[in-house]
Order: sequence, then structure tokens, then C-alpha cells
Amino acid sequence: MYGFLIAVGILLLLSIIWMVYRIQTLVSVMKGSDKKVATGSNKVNAFMFVLFLVLGGGLMFWYSIKEFDNYNLPLASEHGAVTDQLFWVTMAVTGIVFIITHVLLFWFPYKYQYSENRRASFYPENNKLEVIWTVVPAIVLALLVIGGWKAWSDITAPAPENSHVVEIMGYQFAWEVRYAGMDNILGDNDYRLTSASNVSGVDFTDKNALDDFMSPVVVIPKGEPVLFKIRARDVLHSVFAPHMRLKMDAVPGMPTRFWFTATKTTEEMRAELNDPEFVYEIACTEICGRGHFSMRKEIRVVEPDEFRKWMAEQKPYIVNNPSLVADLPEELKELAEITISEHK
Amino acid sequence: MATANTATHSATGHDHHDHEHHDNFITKYIFSTDHKMIGKQFLVTGIFWAVIGGLLSVIFRLQLGFPEMNLEWLRPLLGGWITPDGALDPEFYLALVTMHGTIMVFFVLTAGLSGTFSNFLIPLQIGARDMASGFMNMLSYWFFFASSVIMFISLFIETGPAAGGWVVYPPLSALEQAIPGSGLGMTLWLIAMTFFIASSLLGGINYITTVINLRTKGMSFSRLPLTIWAFFLTAILGLLSFPVLFSAALLLVFDRSFGTSFYLSDIYIGGEALPNTGGSPVLYQHLFWFLGHPEVYIVLLPALGITSEIIATNSRKPIFGYKAMIISMLGITILAFIVWAHHMYVSGMNPFLGSIFMFLTLIIAIPSAVKVFNYLTTLWRGNLIFTPGMLFSIGLVSFFISGGLTGIFLGNSAIDIQLHDTYFVVAHFHLVMGSASFFGLLAGVYHWFPKMFGRMMDARLGYIHFWLTFIGVYLVFFPMHYIGIAGFPRRYYSWTGFEWTNMYTDLNMFVSLAAIITFAAQFIFLFNFFYSMYRGRVASLNPWRSNTLEWTTPLHPGHGNWPGEIPAVYRWPYDYSKPGAKEDFIPQTVPLSATPESNLPHEQELVKLEKEIMADEEADLVANESKQV
Repeated sequence: MYGFLIAVGILLLLSIIWMVYRIQTLVSVMKGSDKKVATGSNKVNAFMFVLFLVLGGGLMFWYSIKEFDNYNLPLASEHGAVTDQLFWVTMAVTGIVFIITHVLLFWFPYKYQYSENRRASFYPENNKLEVIWTVVPAIVLALLVIGGWKAWSDITAPAPENSHVVEIMGYQFAWEVRYAGMDNILGDNDYRLTSASNVSGVDFTDKNALDDFMSPVVVIPKGEPVLFKIRARDVLHSVFAPHMRLKMDAVPGMPTRFWFTATKTTEEMRAELNDPEFVYEIACTEICGRGHFSMRKEIRVVEPDEFRKWMAEQKPYIVNNPSLVADLPEELKELAEITISEHK
Repeated sequence: MATANTATHSATGHDHHDHEHHDNFITKYIFSTDHKMIGKQFLVTGIFWAVIGGLLSVIFRLQLGFPEMNLEWLRPLLGGWITPDGALDPEFYLALVTMHGTIMVFFVLTAGLSGTFSNFLIPLQIGARDMASGFMNMLSYWFFFASSVIMFISLFIETGPAAGGWVVYPPLSALEQAIPGSGLGMTLWLIAMTFFIASSLLGGINYITTVINLRTKGMSFSRLPLTIWAFFLTAILGLLSFPVLFSAALLLVFDRSFGTSFYLSDIYIGGEALPNTGGSPVLYQHLFWFLGHPEVYIVLLPALGITSEIIATNSRKPIFGYKAMIISMLGITILAFIVWAHHMYVSGMNPFLGSIFMFLTLIIAIPSAVKVFNYLTTLWRGNLIFTPGMLFSIGLVSFFISGGLTGIFLGNSAIDIQLHDTYFVVAHFHLVMGSASFFGLLAGVYHWFPKMFGRMMDARLGYIHFWLTFIGVYLVFFPMHYIGIAGFPRRYYSWTGFEWTNMYTDLNMFVSLAAIITFAAQFIFLFNFFYSMYRGRVASLNPWRSNTLEWTTPLHPGHGNWPGEIPAVYRWPYDYSKPGAKEDFIPQTVPLSATPESNLPHEQELVKLEKEIMADEEADLVANESKQV
């Protein structure tokens, strides 16, 4: 019944619109406005541009100011301060251009709307103007690029020697986090070794792997460089830690990396934001399938002391999965057994 | 001036109009070789795809804006893609996003825009009887049609259409185990795109050849309307870059079906380790974006060309900086080929490449800026008539500015780290490439509708359509900048899984509502378009009082465009409001010698030369006539 009523309502509405349309067409034919170059609508349209400028501009400023704290993400990394600054400098420069060009674009239609008594001025070219608005943007852009280039070079420079190495491996649809252990060297991996008990495909014939351990959470120290070694084992993923201003694709067959230094512990950020629930997160930003939107991992930033304590508490992966080292050659097996017994 | 081939030109012209065409329904409307009909075929197919593409976006906007909504009512349409509890299937969500992108970028804004206006306008504006090869032109449409049919079928297969994003990055797009859309759906996608590429190439070769070879007497390159320059450069871009997409697709086909490892390496999926080693997914990205970035300009340049023409005509002013406009388009064309890797700053490629591409990318902003300033100066001190075409052109300039400026953020690799693959990117390209080109398409339809169908579209409906769409587009895409700065990743089915994105439900709802209203407003256009085709007011021969050649044809030009001689051209197309002239426009066909009152000093000197040439031609003509008799 409701469906029927709605259908009748829509039909009625359409027929009214149709009537209005026909009537206005006939009226315009009667008035002969189709013979004129520009009708009264010209004024209305010209005015609408100004109205749009004022209302749209107002709405933009109002919302940008009101929502600033919502869309401006808290920052917690050293290089992030640089890129954020670049972002806001670019925002200022482009914002000015945006406003000036739009004021002109919407004001000119009002100011120079058609009038029978006036003629447009024949003004086909002015090379001086062209040169000015080629050179000025070129200089401004060059300055922006140089800033970006410096930041980019620093960010992508090789990680400092003392960086804490953390491996992040993406797969459908989660991240696996592996720490390099006390030697700070990750053991090799081979995707063919992947199994239910060896999700990351770690190659335990590499003795560096013996002290590697997994963690459900990415724990990192504040103020010390951390190197994410990133890879994927099935399709592309991308590690995105928004508060760290960090993003790097995880590519099967091609390990990638990103190093950074966190500047605030999770606790400090909680206090600052007055939000006891706050956590740093990692998400996936490269489309990877059904669960793309749910690849969450938590980063916990702690004080260096606490980090060292935490590191010391962790047990190598092989301690709980001794079967993984059962088939090793004699020499390594001995080493592995020593490691296991140390942590028992 | 091109005078060498004058004699042959007029002779062939003469033959042509003596020869009557007797078309039946099939040769006139279906397998037509008339560029005007082919243009209309592209347009109608493009409109069909635009509705489908828009509809897909409305469905996924429902999911994003109203995640709790019960979508049971869509079951008759989507069947099993609605889960038992009435939600949208996450894999189908990805398929929707993928197909929306593919359809809009390729089928609407490439074929629907270039296909329509390059075909329709090139011969009419350069003064040619038809394209260089009418048959190839027909093939171009029918390859596109075949491509469309295959892509359309892929929407309805059981495993769903391709779902790896419109960029279809492997390994996701190569492995059926990774997502069901990478099965048959992806195969059909690749076949459809192969046909599409063939269609683009057939069209592009034709456009280039026609522009170079078939310009009428006096139509030198420096007298071409900017539309033609834009179509010409677009065709060159397409011709050089689409084959690279084909190579990317071909290697993908090999990886998918024949066990090669171009893009695949070290993959463990579905509980087994695949044998592929040594391939690189990044190779695909390089190949894809080598087309993908020029594609942006393939979509945008025709729109800018159309806008240049419409803004000049309706400002009653010459386009400001005609030469600067051409140079900037040339600059964009060349630079378009060497900026592709700015889509890949965080793909894992060598960061040094990132630095290089950052410099190149920001250089391309300069010609774009020049174009904007030239548009503004064209409006300045004009006598502006707001036809619907003009409104949409001004709208385009606004989107071009808004979306272009955010490109400066994304082109900067350091800033891009945070913004890459967030909604900031979505906002950026939907404004600068999507909406701007779409507005170019609409502006073109409103402006050349009288030439296409001999009738006028209703202006008032056009105004309503413009304002609803213009405001609507901003309400949809402007808020996405905030969402993007807040770091919301794109292609997410839902954002509730993360603390930092667990907000802006209100803003997303608002965006979805705006999208639905904007989509609905397009039906005003559809009504106006189809109704006016049959019942619109009959147009006058030159309704916008424009200078270009297409308005010198009869109301319904036949196959061959001009009965009798092809008109010769004596001046550039932008003599609007010339001081001294009686009218505020002087068509290109009016000789300088006929307008001594308005000639500029250097033009006055050309008058004598022009007279000599005309006398020569007259003699040739007489000689030819007597030979024929």
C-alpha cells in the first residue's frame, strides 16, 4: 500500500514539474526571450556566482576552523614534524592562490555580465603578463620542491646504525611483527618455509634467526630510531602509521623499509589528548582484498628503559615452537637448544 | 598559408557534393562512417556508462554513509552480494569501487569525451568532409562497443567483476585465490581493455592524420581553434601511452594464464607457496602509470580545449594568450610522459627516483597555472553570456583550480607519505580530473547540441542542472579533503575498525547524501538531452554567434558537411569584439579584405597578399570547371 502511495506521489510530483516546465517554455516563447542574446537569467546566474563565492567561502572557513582538532591528526614522530610543516606551508601558499583565483573567477561573471550597451575589450595577448605568471609560480614551486626534496632525502636516507629493527610482514589480512632479538639482526626468511607454525617463513638455518621473536604489538622506544623492515607474502599491502606520518608499501618479493623516531610515548599522548583509550595504530593502505579495511596493528611507544625491559622479557620464537629447529644441522641445533634452555 | 594544394582541394570538393548519399537505417545509424554519427554514438554510449558508473558510486556511498542501513531492498538487483543480514558484501564493495573507476576513467571520460568531440568537431572545425579514414573511425566505435559489452557482462558474472582497484595491481589482480574478482571478472576486464585500447588507437591515429592532412584552405596550425589543438595533443598522448598499457595488460595475462613471473615473486597464498620467483609488482606499476598519468591529461585536455572555445565565445572576447595556451598544452603533453612515478613514491621504488619525479611533477603545475590565469584574463572585461555551456566551463575552471592546487601537496613526495592513498587523493583527482572533465563534457554537449541535433536544449533546465551539479560536486568532494587530512584510507569498506578513523560518520553521511542528490540531478540533464533531441526548439544556424567553421554548415549537415565548396579560412577563430567591426564576432570565413574597418595594422598588410591568393584560386577554379565540362 505504501509503495503504491509513494508511486502515486512521485507521479504527481513529476507531472507538476512537467507542467511548470511547459508553462515556462511557453511563457518564454510568448515573451520572445529566445530571440534575445541574454535574458534575465543572465543576471540571476551572474549573481549566483557571487552568492556561491560568499556562502561557499564562509562554509569552508567556518568548518575548517571548527573542525581543526578533529582532522589535524596528533603527531608523534621526528620526521613528521618536518612533513607537517611542509604541509601547512603548502596549504598557506595554495590557500592564498585558491582564494584569489576564486574571488576573481566568481566576481568577474558578476562584474562583466552581458550588457547590450557595452562591448568586450579586444585583448588577445600580453606577453609580459604571460612571462610573469609563468615565472612567479615557477619560483614558488621551486621553493616548495626544494623543501620537499630535503625532507624526502632525510627521511629516505639509510637508517642510523643503532636503529631497532622490526620486521612487519603483511598478509591477507593481518600483520606479523618480528623483532630481531638481542643481536638486532633479523634472521633470513624464505617464503617456501611458510607454514602454520612459521607464519613469516623464517629460515632457522640462519643463526641470526634463533633469537628472533614475534610480538602481537609493535613496541618501540621513544626517542630512538626504529627501522621497519617491511615485506608481504601474498599481495601488495601498505604499512600506514598515521600518527608517525609513516607509509610504505609491502611488496611480495621486494623488501622495503622505513625508519623513524617516535617522539611521544603512548602514555604521554594519552595525557596530552586527555583520552585514556588512545593507541597508535597501523593500517593497510594498499587494496588487498576482502579484509583490506581491517588490518589493524597497535604500536605501543614506551620509554627506552621500559623498552629494554620488555625486550629482555621476550622469549625467542623457537622456545615455544621447538619443532621448528628439530631438523637443523647438528651445530645449529646445539645452539638452538642452548637458546631454548636459557629462556626456560 | 596553405595554398599549394588549393586546386585539388576544390576539385575533390566539387565531386563530392554532386554525389548524393542514399543511406539506409543500418548505414546511417549503426555502421555509419560519418564522423558526426560516430561522435553521437560515442556520446550516447558514454552517457549510458556515466549512468552505470554513477549508480555504482551511489551504492558504495550508501555503504560508506549509512553503514548500518539494511540494503535488503537491493537484493533483486545485487542478489548474493547482499549478505544474509542485509549488508553489502565487502568483496563486492571493492568490485564496485573498481568498476566505478574503470568505467568513469575509460568509458566515460576517455571514450565519451574524446570519442564524442574529437570525432564530431575535428572535421567540422578544420573544414574537412570527414575523418581521414571513415572506416577506421567506424571500427573505432565498434571496438569500443565490443569492449563495452564485455565489461558490462562482467558486472553480472557469479564471481563478480574485477575487484583489485581500477589500477588492477598484481599480485591481487593476478591471483584468483586472493579475491574472487580476479578470476573470470579480471579476465573479462583484460579482454575489454584490449578492445578499448584498439579502439583508442584507431580513433587517435585518425584524429592525428585528419588534423595534419585535411585542414581546409587557410586553416594553418596557428588558426586552429584551441579545441582542435587539445584533441590533437590528446590523440598523440593516447597513441604513445595506450600501447604501454597494452603491454602491461599482456604481461598480466601471461602471469595469470601461462605461468610466467613478470609481476609475481615469493608468494605464499591459500596455504601453498607459488613457484613464481623473480618478478616485480613494481614493474607493473611503472608500466601502468606510464599510461595512467598521461591518461589524466587524455581526459583533461579535451575538456580544457572545449572550455577555451566556449569561454571565448561567450565572453565575446578572444581567448587570452592563444599562443601561451598552445605552448602550455604542448608543455603538459610532453611533461605528462615523465611524471608517472609520482603515483609510486611509497611503492618501494628507489627514493632517488622519487626526488626526480617530484621535480618533474611540480614543473607540470606551471603550464596548468598559466592556463588558469589565461582563463581568468579572458573573463576580465568580457561581455559574459551565461549559456549552460558557459556555466559549466566556469565550473570546470573552478574545479581545475581546486583540484590542481591539491596536486601540489601530492606531487611533493615528503607530504605524499602521509596523504598517499587517503581520501585527500580521492578528493584531488575527483575534482581535477573527474569533475573537471565531466564538466567539459557537459559544457560541450550544451554548446554543440544545436549542431548535433539541429535543436536547442532548454537553457533553464541547463541552469538548474548546472547549479545543482556544481554545488553538489563541491559538497561531495570538498569534505573529503578533511577526511583525507585526518588520514582515512581509501577503498575501505568501513572505518570503525580503527580508533583514529572512528569518527566523521556525520560527514560521510553528508557526502553520501550530496552524492545521491547530485546523481539525481543528472536526470534533469538526461531529460533535457533526449527531450530536446526530438522536441527542442529548432536552432538557428549560429546560435552562439561563434566564429568557428562548424556553424557555417547547414542546420543538418549531410555526410560531407558542406554542400558545395568547403569554406576557406582567412583569420584565427577568436576575432570577438574587434574594435571597429559592426558585429561583435567575425567568422573565420570572412576575408581580411572584407573588413578593412577592423583590421589591425599587420593584418592590413596581409590583405594584399590575400587578394592575390584569391585571384589565383579563382583562376584555378575556372580552369577546373572548364575541364570538367
